[in-house]
Amino acid sequence: MAVVETKDLTKVFTPGERGAVNDVNLLTREGEFMVFLGPSGSGKTTLLRMIAGLEDPTAGEILIGGRVVTHLAPRDRGIAMVFQSYALYPHLSVYKNISFPLRAQGVPKEEHRGKVEWAAGLLGIGELLERKPRELSGGERQRVALARAIVREPTVFLLDEPLSNLDAKLRASAREELTEFHDRVGTTTIYVTHDQIEAMAMGDRIVVLHEGFVRQVGSPREVYDDPADTFVATFLGSPPMNLVDHGDVLVGFRPEHLLPRSLVEGQAVEIGLRVTGIEYLGSERILYALIDRDRFAEQRVVAKLPATYDVGAAGGDAVDFAVAERHLRFFDKTSEKRTGARALEWA
Amino acid sequence: MGPVAGGRRPPVRIFRWVALSVFSVLLAFPFVWMAITSFKQTSDLYDVENNPFLFNEMPTLEHVELLLGETLFPRWLLNTAFAGTMVVLITLLLAVPAAYALARLTGRWGERLGIAIFLTYLIPPTLLFIPMSRVVSILGLQDSLWSIIVVYPTFTIPFSIWLLMAFFKSIPSELEDAAMVDGLTRFQAFLRLVIPISFSGILTVVIFTFTLVTQEFVYALTFISSASNQTIGVGVPIYLVRGDVYYWGSLMAACLIASLPIAVFYNLFLDRFIAGFTVGAVK
Repeated sequence: MAVVETKDLTKVFTPGERGAVNDVNLLTREGEFMVFLGPSGSGKTTLLRMIAGLEDPTAGEILIGGRVVTHLAPRDRGIAMVFQSYALYPHLSVYKNISFPLRAQGVPKEEHRGKVEWAAGLLGIGELLERKPRELSGGERQRVALARAIVREPTVFLLDEPLSNLDAKLRASAREELTEFHDRVGTTTIYVTHDQIEAMAMGDRIVVLHEGFVRQVGSPREVYDDPADTFVATFLGSPPMNLVDHGDVLVGFRPEHLLPRSLVEGQAVEIGLRVTGIEYLGSERILYALIDRDRFAEQRVVAKLPATYDVGAAGGDAVDFAVAERHLRFFDKTSEKRTGARALEWA
Repeated sequence: MGPVAGGRRPPVRIFRWVALSVFSVLLAFPFVWMAITSFKQTSDLYDVENNPFLFNEMPTLEHVELLLGETLFPRWLLNTAFAGTMVVLITLLLAVPAAYALARLTGRWGERLGIAIFLTYLIPPTLLFIPMSRVVSILGLQDSLWSIIVVYPTFTIPFSIWLLMAFFKSIPSELEDAAMVDGLTRFQAFLRLVIPISFSGILTVVIFTFTLVTQEFVYALTFISSASNQTIGVGVPIYLVRGDVYYWGSLMAACLIASLPIAVFYNLFLDRFIAGFTVGAVK
């Protein structure tokens, strides 16, 4: 096991243009499950591919287990990777797919069977060893890819959106299995995804990337509750955080914290709303509204209410809502970074 | 919808059988025709009153004996096999790495270069004929089998590069990434992964190249004059068509003997050609 460290890691594909990855400094913890989260084009896959050695960095250093590996070939880095497409070898049986890394690295042949059976057993695919990849379902392919990754006991796991090819139902159970699998083997893991639910559910820490820059590193709770800037605030959460213009700052609050006045306890900011639309989503309701009065009039906000609360309001109705003060977040309008709390001149 | 679908089924099956039968007959016919003609007596063959599909007189071995005994056919067969093998080897040795490099490593210039290479294939062989004969004579290869071994790759390679490029491009590059993470160098990944997966493409190149050697006429005729150095593509028509006398029986026997091995070889790997070979690799 080992930690992965990047120092000022940069990748520029076309000289003169903005880099795909810019000055990224990261340090994983031993055995950590770290998630790179960002929209497409945020540089998360490029970053992972540089750590894997499949992409040459333009500048900076990569260390795995304290060893500089920046210019080593992928095979010399002690890593294993699971690809978005799984990249199973189509002409080989499942057994040969899983034993491929062993053969490639010259592990004595007598040890293959035992190791393959151990890896296949861990993932519950022991009966599939004689099949070809095309005879497997999506979930089975994903497990074969994982078995192939784990078979030579790598120091670091790199996973590139391994669940994106599964259907929604399978994805939820695969998420749980992956977490359990990680807990069992305890190998340092870097996981790339654009899906915030995966990131929140699985990550020990999340690295939020945008346009090749790291915007925030923190536990799922930290990045959700205390976003470092407006990008993180609006990228995480569905619907995203409300941002209301207030002079030189933007005031942010989560839709689930914008509640009817009677439900909010303690110090709170009152907001009058005019409801423009309601979505019934089963377990919750999404309220689209405009702020009705004062200096914030006509700014758009979204509220998320539990289904157990009867809204009663229809389109066009004016209702009294409020946000507890401890749930307000403030962002500088020009830098878009988080700033300290301040008193609001609400009226 | 059930009854309708059920009612449609038998006609669909009948249609399939009819289509299959028509194509089978169409494809088997040349072979049957060659076989019948090879063993027919000449008087039977030329009698228009006879049913051409049957032996109206006793079958005979005289055409085969003429072919094997009085012409250099066995020698031509060997020459063709040798030249064919050499041309296939040279073509594979140059076209496989070139196609891989063009498909993977040179970015968008790869594509343009690929098209440029393909364009050379469009130059008619008769145009290249004079410069080629200069090359052959400078190398001192006139009247030698090696003359065509040198010349044929100039048109088999561009075509093969083009064909293989398409195959290599259809292999997801993530497969090679996976192989490199798993412990191979790029070159090893090429040998142990890309080549086995593109087996059907490589087989197509082998068959295309080999058939070209057996049938090419113009270059073989001009560069080689001794009967003992000829290939079947030239030897057979020259020595079995004398003036206006066609030795049909022997001609057909020669064609049959030359084409059967290729047909059998092709059929052995038929499923490989058809199967979408990368299915199951991704997604």
